[in-house]
Amino acid sequence: MSAALLEVEGLRVGFGNGTQAVRGISIAVARGETHCLVGESGCGKSVTSLAVMNLLARGAVRTAEGIRFEGREIAGLSEREMGKLRGDAMAMIFQEPMTSLNPAYTIGSQMAEVYVRHRGGSKAAALDRAAHLLGRVGITAPGMRLAQYPHQLSGGLRQRVMIAMALMCDPKLLIADEPTTALDVTVQAQILRLLQELQQELGLAILLITHDLGIVARMAHRVSVMYAGRVVESGPAAELFGRPTHPYTHGLLACVPVPGKIARGEPLGSIPGTVPKIGPGYSGCAFRERCAQAMPACGAGDVPGREAGPEHRYECHLGADWTARLATGAAA
Amino acid sequence: MLIFLARRALLAMLVTLTVLTVSFMLTRLTGDLAIAIAGPQASQADVEIIRKAYGLDRPLLVQFVNWVTDAATGDLGRSFFYQEDVTKLISARLPVTLTLGLTGLSIAILTAIPLGIIAAMREGTLLDRGIMTIAVIGQAMPSFWLGLTLVIIFGLKLQWFPISGVETWQGFVLPGIVLAFSAIPALMRLTRSGMVDALASDYIRTARAKGLSRAAIVLKHALRNAAMPVVAISAVQLGFMLSGSIVIETVFSLHGVGYLGWEAIGKNDFPVVQSVVLFLATVFVVLTLLADLMNAALDPRLRTQ
Repeated sequence: MSAALLEVEGLRVGFGNGTQAVRGISIAVARGETHCLVGESGCGKSVTSLAVMNLLARGAVRTAEGIRFEGREIAGLSEREMGKLRGDAMAMIFQEPMTSLNPAYTIGSQMAEVYVRHRGGSKAAALDRAAHLLGRVGITAPGMRLAQYPHQLSGGLRQRVMIAMALMCDPKLLIADEPTTALDVTVQAQILRLLQELQQELGLAILLITHDLGIVARMAHRVSVMYAGRVVESGPAAELFGRPTHPYTHGLLACVPVPGKIARGEPLGSIPGTVPKIGPGYSGCAFRERCAQAMPACGAGDVPGREAGPEHRYECHLGADWTARLATGAAA
Repeated sequence: MLIFLARRALLAMLVTLTVLTVSFMLTRLTGDLAIAIAGPQASQADVEIIRKAYGLDRPLLVQFVNWVTDAATGDLGRSFFYQEDVTKLISARLPVTLTLGLTGLSIAILTAIPLGIIAAMREGTLLDRGIMTIAVIGQAMPSFWLGLTLVIIFGLKLQWFPISGVETWQGFVLPGIVLAFSAIPALMRLTRSGMVDALASDYIRTARAKGLSRAAIVLKHALRNAAMPVVAISAVQLGFMLSGSIVIETVFSLHGVGYLGWEAIGKNDFPVVQSVVLFLATVFVVLTLLADLMNAALDPRLRTQ
């Protein structure tokens, strides 16, 4: 059995209009660790997470060299087989807590349903477990909440309900797609802390999709930076924050204001331009038009994958020491 | 919930009162009723006698208040033509109308909802387009033509069903189908569009992420949310079926309430006309109220508003 809980290899997702949202990426999530998938809007993060669960909307075409979960190949599973995994060993929460629960059913009924589906047993037993988990995710008076409807709960509470519901069958992997983006900052912090606690307590592996580097710094053991459907840099969080190597990662980090490092009135970093739409036959590095270090080689062909350190990979024509050379070049 | 009910009930009463006023005024606007009742050969003296006998000489407001208070106690007056209590006339025809309407609605719902669901699940495919094309054709087909065609094929050629009358339950089949056809296109489109929206919603994505069965996703999670406009329109369609089936009642020689009203208009039998209008308005109001209650049962958000 392999070490990683989830291994994705050569995942590609295309849409009917020719857009290629994900272009051959590989991600591994180890047991009990948080793997952050980070990048700006439109770079394929959410599509990747949905592709792993096989929840893509109709019209999306998914191919992969392999998607292995607990060492088992799941890329070729039928909808029925995949349905046995979803909500059981792998669960998912979403960015939109306000609309992700069915308005017509009580919290209790929606939580119990997933347990009865996968584990069987009575609804009463499932409701007991639901009440226990609501308490565990920090909801007071869980017995009362079970009988309430989603519209009677705030966004933060609904996201807690979503988390509790995801935990109903003791999943090994939790995929969280921007779980705090729609919430207030204080609620955000609470939810993130909750996810960390649950991870330690339950040994949960989390694939956390976010565009917020603050969240990455706080949560991630391992990071994959996505750009235009490719993972352009990946590695252990400390490595990657310590020695960002891809020009895009550099740019992303320069966009984050760090108190003390950046003076008042000094402009924040930004990356000019937007993520390009990638159609069929696209060649070269997708970041080249926004990259200050772009060179003729970037215009066509495959971008070489390189190592910047132990388990720290990136895709660029530049050598890993380019920042150092740039600094000495500027000094000379 | 109680407040919700009380508010809807109050609204329903106001609507009924409005309809009463309008129908009363409209029958008065068609001319001097005393002259109409007396007929073309009557003398001026006859007309005056009739005017007195029917209370038409009193001020309009008094007539109106009298009629409303009588109606409230169940007395709808006497028919000029049949010389019978209007209440009796209507209740005698009610079973035919109700059976026909409910048959029509049942056929419509049992056909439209499954087809609408299938079309939504296969959105954009040939099957979807095929179903929607049938809906358009159904909408365009005049019910008298469809009625006569069915009578010719199933009544005269195949002799599976009687061509007129409702002595046995088979008599309701053909008119029921024709009535259903008028409601199927609208119900099917509503089901389809509601299901398309519901199936694309975030909570359906959640339901799929929970690994629920296809049946649970479609029938439990999506249909319940798509059902509300369908319930509302079903109520309105049943109202139409109970009131506007004059054409069908004529084609199949069924004597229901709609037919009674239509006859009464031709004969200037204004107590009957007023009462049929009142009856149908009440039917609509009650059905709408029922639909509101059903929707409140379906959607908890309505209950707490």
